[in-house]
Amino acid sequence: MKVKHIIKKVMNGVFFMCGMVAIAFVAIITVYMIVSGIPAIKEIGLIKFLTGTIWTPASSKDPQYGILPLIMTSAYGTFGAVLIGVPVGLMTAVFLSKVAPPSVANKVRPAVELLAGIPSVVYGLVGTMVLVPTVAKVFGLSKGSGLFSAILVLAIMILPSVISVSETALNAVPKEYEEASLALGATHTETIFKVSIPAAKSGIAAGIVLGVGRSIGEAMAVMMVAGNVANMPSLFKSVSFLTTSIAKDMGYASGLHRQALFSIALVLFAFILIINTVMNKLLKKEDSDK
Amino acid sequence: MSKKRKVIGAVLKGCIYLAAAFTVLMLVLIIGYILVKGVPYITWGLLSTAPSALNNTIGILPNILNTLYVILLTILIVLPLGVGAAIYLNEYASSKRLVGMIEATVEILAAIPSIIYGLVGMLFFSNFLGFKMSLLSGCLTLVIVILPTIIRTTQESLKTVPQSYREGALGLGATKWYMIRTIVVPCSLDGIVTGCILAIGRIVGESAALLFTAGLAAGAVNSIFTAYSASGGTLSVALYMYVSERGEFDIGFAIAAILMLLVLLINGATKLVQKKLKQKNT
Repeated sequence: MKVKHIIKKVMNGVFFMCGMVAIAFVAIITVYMIVSGIPAIKEIGLIKFLTGTIWTPASSKDPQYGILPLIMTSAYGTFGAVLIGVPVGLMTAVFLSKVAPPSVANKVRPAVELLAGIPSVVYGLVGTMVLVPTVAKVFGLSKGSGLFSAILVLAIMILPSVISVSETALNAVPKEYEEASLALGATHTETIFKVSIPAAKSGIAAGIVLGVGRSIGEAMAVMMVAGNVANMPSLFKSVSFLTTSIAKDMGYASGLHRQALFSIALVLFAFILIINTVMNKLLKKEDSDK
Repeated sequence: MSKKRKVIGAVLKGCIYLAAAFTVLMLVLIIGYILVKGVPYITWGLLSTAPSALNNTIGILPNILNTLYVILLTILIVLPLGVGAAIYLNEYASSKRLVGMIEATVEILAAIPSIIYGLVGMLFFSNFLGFKMSLLSGCLTLVIVILPTIIRTTQESLKTVPQSYREGALGLGATKWYMIRTIVVPCSLDGIVTGCILAIGRIVGESAALLFTAGLAAGAVNSIFTAYSASGGTLSVALYMYVSERGEFDIGFAIAAILMLLVLLINGATKLVQKKLKQKNT
């Protein structure tokens, strides 16, 4: 009996520890982000760091540590990706949820999952080899790598997130809503756009926010097509994102430059936390809507 | 119906079909392009040798092995942790607030970008714990990356185990641990396996989290006993290195084709397990 009791106590403890691991990891990440991110911000000055428009940390004469170009590029890039990716993703979700016969939907859905499974370096490779030359040719540029190419790559990369979350939301719309609309004489398409989509709007918004999170955090694929020069964002200019400047420079950076990269990561981390909070609010709203 | 109403309806319907067609077409084009460009470069020499500066040849055997080593150790660590955490959340935890808090942190973990994991892994595992740039640091970093996936899939399948099974076991006098070991975990094995397969997919595709923890090295073939203390690039990292830093596009395509085949395989395996799961539940 005693052994049994000890085993029970031990297992309780073991599972409790496993449960706590996630909290411990988040704590470690938060502490490390803050502790390593603060020194450079302190030295450069928060305002100067966030609003400075010149990012030349590797310059030996007069290094400048303003990350506004990086923030704006990440913002524009994400906005552009959402602008293209969300309509396509939402319409595909509508197709899967409301239009396609089950046999077709069951073939398209795995394709979407597969799209989500493609490694980001493969997106980067296709972007480098196909998209960048095409963009250069179509728009008559000397080189095609830049914000526009990055936006196109990101738009495709966020499709699976937008599609799967939106589809779940659309599937959850009560059948009675749609039947009522059809009974009142609305066509199938009108019902989708005037009843189903508005009824699923919180869930769809959550899908969009998830897409925003994905695209703001993507590093490798973007690094391979964006050109990686920290210009203020302009559609066909070579740009550097928050993520790409970290990934590109961390290998060789030293001193204040290296510390500033940690500060960029802290800014990115803050964005992600905000996005995550917004998404939770939206998903909760979606639940309470029903 | 007015003409305008008809036209708008037709246009919107067209948009829906167009979007779905675009999504599928994108996938087919990407996979087709990679396979067509990459498969011809997959040769036995490429797969079975290490890069040699002497012969001026490139081989990706070290990267293949590194990928396997990383998968092995990462799964070995994350599986007990993740399954344990899911069991705690589903079977043990009595405080709703604590469960809510853990679930919220799991969500945060899932939302954090790989590059941030890479930095924290570098600071914590490589520098603070002194593992340097090594496969071990990479594996430990990936453990954090993958933990949410394992916890979620296990939790989902724990929830499908009927409550009556638990009551039956406990009613017959089994201890809680005995019940979990013999009833609950075996019943949710499919979900755990799905989680593992998804995790392998994520590991195979991961690059940003490994760049500064496991590094890029592609030099020597390491045995499993020495590999974890040495720096080494997985296939995805090698793809990035060969394309962006060395301009070896053919090698890049070959690796991309291998990655795509792996992704197809992993996807197929997930489907198979889920099918089995469905059969069992009906």
